Amino acid sequence: MTLMAHKADFKARGRYLLRDVSIAVEPGEVLAILGPNGAGKSTLLKVLAGELSPSGGTVFQNGRALSSISALDLAQERAVMPQAASMSFPFTVFDVVALGRAPYRKVSTRQFDQKQVRRAIELADITHLADRAYPALSGGEKQRVHLARALVQLWGMTDTSQSSAVTNGDDVARFLLLDEPTAGLDVSHQHAVLALARREAKERGVGVLMILHDFNQVLTYADQVAILSSGEVVEQGSVSDVMTPDLLSSVFKSPIRAINDPAGGIVLVSQSA
Amino acid sequence: MQLPVNRSSLFLVLLMIGLCAATLMSLGMGGVEISVTDVFVHLGQRIGVAEVGIDAFDARILDSLRLPRILRAIIIGGGLGLAGAVMQSLFRNPIADPGIIGVSASAAFGAVSMIVAGHLILGSYYAAFGPYGVPIAAFGGAVLATVVISILSRQDGRTDAAIMLLIGVAINAIAFAGVGVFTYMADDAELRNLTFWQMGALSGNGPTDMPALIVMALGIAYLIRLGTPLNLFLLGEAEARHLGVEVEHLKRRATVITALVVGAAVAVSGIIGFVGLVAPHLVRLATGPDNRYVLPASAMGGAIILTAADTVARIIVLPAELPIGLVTGIVGGPFFLGLLIVEKKRRRL
Repeated sequence: MTLMAHKADFKARGRYLLRDVSIAVEPGEVLAILGPNGAGKSTLLKVLAGELSPSGGTVFQNGRALSSISALDLAQERAVMPQAASMSFPFTVFDVVALGRAPYRKVSTRQFDQKQVRRAIELADITHLADRAYPALSGGEKQRVHLARALVQLWGMTDTSQSSAVTNGDDVARFLLLDEPTAGLDVSHQHAVLALARREAKERGVGVLMILHDFNQVLTYADQVAILSSGEVVEQGSVSDVMTPDLLSSVFKSPIRAINDPAGGIVLVSQSA
Repeated sequence: MQLPVNRSSLFLVLLMIGLCAATLMSLGMGGVEISVTDVFVHLGQRIGVAEVGIDAFDARILDSLRLPRILRAIIIGGGLGLAGAVMQSLFRNPIADPGIIGVSASAAFGAVSMIVAGHLILGSYYAAFGPYGVPIAAFGGAVLATVVISILSRQDGRTDAAIMLLIGVAINAIAFAGVGVFTYMADDAELRNLTFWQMGALSGNGPTDMPALIVMALGIAYLIRLGTPLNLFLLGEAEARHLGVEVEHLKRRATVITALVVGAAVAVSGIIGFVGLVAPHLVRLATGPDNRYVLPASAMGGAIILTAADTVARIIVLPAELPIGLVTGIVGGPFFLGLLIVEKKRRRL
């Protein structure tokens, strides 16, 4: 029960944006995607989300080919937090988050939806913005609104205030895909967002994929990491195996050193030559 | 959080009452004044509640002139208001309107080309189409314009709103130029007919309007239920898909049906501008942007606006009557400017 790309290619105007990518998001684990700008990270996320169809290879979600799953079924098994979503109509923050309940509108009740929405708003630390008009928010605030929206979609019909059981009531795994979730956020909210995503993985067995740029965030919050470069996976594996100064230095073409953190563990720092 | 929803539902009920009131008033007003009581008595007699009817002359006016006309106003106004609201969501742009992006003008171009050159285009088949040729040509024009707009304004899977509006400007120019060419070619009798298409009228063409009105009613019934998917659409096409909307499917259906509704409206009544723009904006002031309320409210609001505008058109220059497109333009244009100014102030941070 994974979300996996199997030998996926994506070609646009004759150029490979992804070539022969095989990658798996396992339930209960956080997979970080790392890579230089233009490496194909967002394209990979779009292919995994079913937004783009791969030009070669297949994507499977819970054992079924993505192309054979209806948009509604997909929406009930995975949520996406986009990099930027524009909305020119003055919905309130509460209403935008509530849109995340749409995949469950046939099976859920209004009370339950509102309860989930309120809880997500609280977790994303936007309670004080709930009645504000979405278009008037700052970039970082909008990011948190979309995180809350992705959370209420991800939770589905699971009551989050109850015990945090690993199962969702059904035996399919759920997935959360985050495209640079920390972009535009201040430091404390960056950690809050990543901690929330990790908690979804550890406490509810969600498979989380996130695109990150900060090596130390990968070290802290991810279990697995895949490094993309020019549309190809150049390295993947557990964080401790892959996140080595030598490997990162060669992929990012910039010297990277590991130094011991007095508080424990290591910190990766990049230095200009 | 409980309150806003209830307020929006209440507003829908108010609109319904407003529509009934507008209908009753409009039935009574015109060249011959008929009192509201008489209108009630007549309607009561028609559905078998009242025993005695009213004056036979008044009854004839209601039955054969005003009732059908107001029915047209309600369906066309409702269709245009709803079509405007749907297009604004589809293109994710509050300024979209069948008139502005050239759909109405293309429908009129289709109709006009059929009136003037129908016997040339269709030859011996012209007679077979008879009175249905013009509405079908109007449909054709509306669908063609909508398809052109949605294909040309898309790039890499996104609809660019600015490009869409510019394409609309171009289509408007082309369609009006086409109408101009046919106006130049037309003879006197055709010319009178053409004016009607460009300025709009609810006088109708008798029973031949029926198919178009039925198409509109069916289109309205379909579009009015798209509230939630269109809400998701406002987040963006990719996001709507993430949330379970079959985006391409919805877009194709909604676009074609909106074009059908607009084409049918133009086929019955010519170009009536601003209803599709003003009705959704007005109702959003009360309901907010939630399409689950905006769609039905826009339909009812459009019906009220057009019924009221038609009443004005009928009584303001008695015994003659003003083309209704002029009324909606004269009242709607400045009104919309005022709305934009209010909205601009409201959006200040």
